[in-house]
Amino acid sequence: MAKRSIIPFGPQHPVLPEPVHLDLVLEDETVVEAVPSIGYIHRGLEKLVEKKDFKQYVYIAERVCGICSCGHGMGYCESVEHVMGINVPPRAAYLRTIWIEMSRIHSHLLWLGLLADALGFESLFMESWRLREKILDMMDATTGGRIIFSVNCVGGVLKDITPEMLAEISRTVDEMEKEFAPIMETFLHDYSVQSRLCGLGVLTKDQAVMLGAVGPMLRASGVSYDVRMTGYAAYGDLSVEPITAADGDSYARCEVRLKELLQSFQLIREAIGKIPEGPIAVPVKGSPSGEYFMRIEQPRGEAIYYVKGNGTKNLDRFRLRTPTTSNIPPMLETVKGCQLADVPLLILTIDPCISCTER
Amino acid sequence: MAKVSKSPWLLHYDASSCNGCDIEVLDCLTPKYDIERFGIINTGDPFQADILLITGGINSQTEPVVRQLYSQMPDPKVVVAVGICACTGGVFKECYNIKGGVDTVIPVDIYVPGCAARPEAIIDGVVKAVQLLDKKREEFLSQKHGKN
Repeated sequence: MAKRSIIPFGPQHPVLPEPVHLDLVLEDETVVEAVPSIGYIHRGLEKLVEKKDFKQYVYIAERVCGICSCGHGMGYCESVEHVMGINVPPRAAYLRTIWIEMSRIHSHLLWLGLLADALGFESLFMESWRLREKILDMMDATTGGRIIFSVNCVGGVLKDITPEMLAEISRTVDEMEKEFAPIMETFLHDYSVQSRLCGLGVLTKDQAVMLGAVGPMLRASGVSYDVRMTGYAAYGDLSVEPITAADGDSYARCEVRLKELLQSFQLIREAIGKIPEGPIAVPVKGSPSGEYFMRIEQPRGEAIYYVKGNGTKNLDRFRLRTPTTSNIPPMLETVKGCQLADVPLLILTIDPCISCTER
Repeated sequence: MAKVSKSPWLLHYDASSCNGCDIEVLDCLTPKYDIERFGIINTGDPFQADILLITGGINSQTEPVVRQLYSQMPDPKVVVAVGICACTGGVFKECYNIKGGVDTVIPVDIYVPGCAARPEAIIDGVVKAVQLLDKKREEFLSQKHGKN
């Protein structure tokens, strides 16, 4: 009879930049169950909406998470705009799309680097992060901030991008795509990467749907679903096709994110080609009254925003369901039956963002 | 930075940060900023660390963890609070679950401002921490010598 033991994992752990705790129930080396306990980064941001003006709260919403900051700001602003019946100028919608796709590139490259680091592939980690600096420089040049760049406001965006700068972004994206090719080649075809990822943590299509996986985790299991197809911001004018893979293992999740990077390069180029002239924001008068439910596709998957206004400058309720919250049950499923040494890698393949999850 | 007597090792802990400062701390290790040229390595083990980098304000659940990490680190040690949340609580100051900056729990030597703190600022803070570490080590050794 195999001996049962419980190994505590986290909250401070070398492979995790953020604290999360798992109790791993082992039978010899094999994990039979994982029990998560979260709450290390809970700050109580949703409650803060009652204290802050709804326009000020954009800054708080952007600080729910430092990686998908732009997306959270946009999700919140779009929900409030729907409640108030504001139509954002088309140029603002395009600018938001360009920034959010830049955030996706930065987030996916960050994840690829962390994955390479977890594999012990140090040079690949450095290469991914070196490439990521280029997109951060573009964010810095267009907004003044490297990762948290408050550009969204209720009614539009705060900053415009000049035509010269748009051309520069387009040129940088072309350059990055060329430099990305050898990195993608290594992730997809290197023997040591394949030996760690192939067949590890398989999530079948049925399991993914039943457990409520979202984003790349869902698409890697063969479900063709991407919220960008609903056409919020400027996505209605752009060609977005969900990128899927069939196997549902860690390799498939890596493959989906690699191909999404190529898609983001393409979307930025397309948006820059189609961006209309015009104002970047409309004036906002009055206070929101009513409620709205909004979905957007963050780098990690579908995020849901709910706002309820009561006609005063403070909202009644702001609710956010983040992609990592939905991806934790499928992750716990994939951990069952794996070796203890593979647990950090499996946690990483959902691209966890604990700060979003706990807010 | 003319002379550093030791290669200091870092321990990074996220107390309740939004991730922004954490990825900038990691960014310091990568080719553009390359903090390893000062002999600085990011370690996961508090028993091997000289400098504790903390991002984010303190909440009720991270408070004991921060205390424990601080007590596990050998003397002399330097604490660097990275980002405005770690310094004072920042935009989260009014949240019901935030106690305040890191200095409400453990003594902080260096404060690095910014939201998110830029890698240049973090490196500046760490370089100051290295100098302070040298000073603390001398004091530590003379005290120890005095007792013997």
